[in-house]
Amino acid sequence: MISLNVNGKTYKVDVSEDVPLLWVIRDHLKLTGTKFGCGIGECGSCTVHIDGKAERSCAIPVGKAQGKRITTIEGLPENHPVKRAWIKEQVVQCGYCQPGIMMQVAALISSKPKPSADQVIHAMDDVICRCGTYPRIKRGIKAALETMKKEG
Amino acid sequence: MINKPISRRSFLKITGLTIAVSATPFGYSVINASAQKEGSFNPNVWFEITPNNKITMTMGPSEMGQGTHTALGMVIADELEADWKQVRIVQGPASEAFKNPAMGDQITVASASVRGFYEPLRKAGAAGKTMLVKAAAQTWKVPEEECIALNGTVKHKKSNRSLTYGQLCLTAAKLDLPKDPPLKKEAEFRYIGKSMARVDIPDKVSGKAIYGLDVKVPEMLYGVIARPPAYGAKPVSFDQKAAEGVKGVRNVFPTPMGIIVCAQSLDAAWKGRNALKAQWDKGALPQMDNNFIEKTFMDELEKAGAEAIKVGDAKKALGEAAKKVEATYFVPFVAHATMEPMNCTAHVQKDRCDVWAPTQAQLVFRMLASQFAEVPPEKVQIHTTLLGCGLGRRAAPDFMIEAVVASKVSGKPVKLVWTREEDIKYDFFRAATCQKIQAGLDGQGRLIGWSHKAIAGSIMKDIDPKGIINGVDIMSLWGILDFPGAPTNNKIMYEIPNFYVEFLISSLPIPVAPWRSVQNGPNAFVIECFTDEVANAAGKDPLEFRLQHLKNNMRPRRVLETVAEKAGWGKPLPKGKGRGIAQHCCFGSYVAQVAEVSVNQGNGAVKVDRIVAAVDCGPVVNPDTIKAQIEGAVIEALSTTLKEEIMFSNGGVKSNNLDDYKIIRMSEIPEIEVHIIKSNEPIGGIGEPGVPPTAPAVANAVFNATGARIRRIPLTPQTVLAAIQKK
Repeated sequence: MISLNVNGKTYKVDVSEDVPLLWVIRDHLKLTGTKFGCGIGECGSCTVHIDGKAERSCAIPVGKAQGKRITTIEGLPENHPVKRAWIKEQVVQCGYCQPGIMMQVAALISSKPKPSADQVIHAMDDVICRCGTYPRIKRGIKAALETMKKEG
Repeated sequence: MINKPISRRSFLKITGLTIAVSATPFGYSVINASAQKEGSFNPNVWFEITPNNKITMTMGPSEMGQGTHTALGMVIADELEADWKQVRIVQGPASEAFKNPAMGDQITVASASVRGFYEPLRKAGAAGKTMLVKAAAQTWKVPEEECIALNGTVKHKKSNRSLTYGQLCLTAAKLDLPKDPPLKKEAEFRYIGKSMARVDIPDKVSGKAIYGLDVKVPEMLYGVIARPPAYGAKPVSFDQKAAEGVKGVRNVFPTPMGIIVCAQSLDAAWKGRNALKAQWDKGALPQMDNNFIEKTFMDELEKAGAEAIKVGDAKKALGEAAKKVEATYFVPFVAHATMEPMNCTAHVQKDRCDVWAPTQAQLVFRMLASQFAEVPPEKVQIHTTLLGCGLGRRAAPDFMIEAVVASKVSGKPVKLVWTREEDIKYDFFRAATCQKIQAGLDGQGRLIGWSHKAIAGSIMKDIDPKGIINGVDIMSLWGILDFPGAPTNNKIMYEIPNFYVEFLISSLPIPVAPWRSVQNGPNAFVIECFTDEVANAAGKDPLEFRLQHLKNNMRPRRVLETVAEKAGWGKPLPKGKGRGIAQHCCFGSYVAQVAEVSVNQGNGAVKVDRIVAAVDCGPVVNPDTIKAQIEGAVIEALSTTLKEEIMFSNGGVKSNNLDDYKIIRMSEIPEIEVHIIKSNEPIGGIGEPGVPPTAPAVANAVFNATGARIRRIPLTPQTVLAAIQKK
């Protein structure tokens, strides 16, 4: 039995320790907002927060995630500045990669509330959007940062 | 000489799959498009008004990020004079009633959804509004002319009365459809032409949105496939017992596509697949790698082609030309690489088949699911999920057939899942092409002859072989040549008095399919770079040369003039930087782009600094979506311009995952500006036409910066450096 803390809830799942965290989140916990894109940590569609840091859930065996605080897109509050910014700026096209990208952004701006342009690019070069929403992701990040500044 | 690869079509010949299915039947909610429902106003399959004053719109096309559901909803809501707040939009089932008049099919391809449905849905909405007004007039016993529809209500000003659409819907449902309902004038539009927030975005942001891979069906198994590493390879051995012995594995069985493993979890299915230790023979063409492919294309290009079009006498014109230009271009295979890998869930039962698929082609899927499930088509329900990008890949039915076969054999619902590696290796690629063009100029530097020879894989071969006429596959030539009389203008727009095109179908066993803009992309790269070469030979500015050959073609002229003005065409640039221009028409829309690049002469690295685009797509429905689609198309095209190329080895695909098949990322994108031209011309598509001008605009800019003409993409540093050094 594996015990996982996801979005503030504790789950017990009967699964072998080497199964990637992604598939436990998706298929056992039925939290399908976290997406499968590549399985090797290249694209970022599967990004979740582990103890507040953006991590690739497809490349982490579930055994290693025990005892840690995991947050998925479903656990990011609906009024989170990133979620609001993504709607305001109409960032999304097909949307498949966006939960992972939003989790990447949420971790970035919580650790660096005033990121430089280089820091933004550095963090965002870890994710891929095939629809090419990058210009709007940039706008979304700007809008989320402004909201954070305004609302403290 | 070359054997055909394992054909997707050969799947149709599978027999022996009549294994008893003994699952407990259970129902699924399905929207029935054809039945006229009681208790509401539903004059067509597209919308239904209920007494609770809600409007449900049911969409035939698939939503893959192109904003079609919102745009079509806006069109209906506008003419219906509905309040957008009362509108809910849902995905429709497979149904003949959803055939797109531009395509003759329910299929979301060819940038055809708004293009094909704009006029019909305006009429459908207007008919609904006319009936609601009539219903109000009858209720109040006043002349219809005294009643007006306004934002979801009908008002009678004289008596200051009003009724909501919900209150009127049951009365309206009893009325006859008006034959020719009046349409709004542009000034009366409430939604069309205004940037509206997309209806699909909130659920995509919250994480609630359901894509194919997110489908859950009770008792569902997971299916994976061990596939051959080379085209045409057959299994030599595999350990079925070992796979069956893996905990959780339920079924293991060979099919023409490979060995299917069904298990209770994806992890078990993959472990089962590993345990197979499948060995394969060398396949149809074990010596095939990228060098072999490129050489084969070049060699086969020397053979006689099939005549595709002949206007005037190009040969004679070339013989009489004051100046001749000749060049050969090559564009490699690229993958769709949609972020959601291919997948499908199917449940075959004795008397019905349910398919949950991220699909672009509902009716094709229904027909083939019916054949493989061996149930009548009317017993097949296609549940279209959201698509994690489509790009043309999801019109192919291969992954759906696999799921249906897996479910039929296992007797359970099966979610068939491809890994990213499979998604890249077993893609139907954008067709590689090799093309040789000769052009002749007269003494004044005007084009008098153009002779064009192209070789590519046939796009129609797997879609409908009847589309190949006398050896010519027009879809593979889109961008150079369109079907005769087609309104889409997927063709060279320049005025050339003597024009000849011949085509050869490549013999290579590499599957190809439409890829965003189909062959307009690769072909526009060739045409627009070569046009630059000819302009240069004529001693003319590339913009001026193009305009001189578009004297009677107002729409391409206008996008070129607009983009040139917005981009500052002709203004000096610092050393090491260059500017390039290109235009192309496809799917009825005209796009021109100017690219500004910086080239590192020392290592050949190209940085695209800015792309300015001008688009004329006729009437504009949702301007923000148009901008988003052009931005996305430019970025995806840039990815293929700078980075993407499928690598082959040992007769199969060597490219493996996103670590070696590289896709453009944020640090590599330029500033992008999109200018929409006001136009009263017929409506064109918007999902794809942004793609074709990007590659040639960038390559022309690299020429402008370095003087090196590069006749091949991607413009990798090695390719660019070699061209600079050769110069």
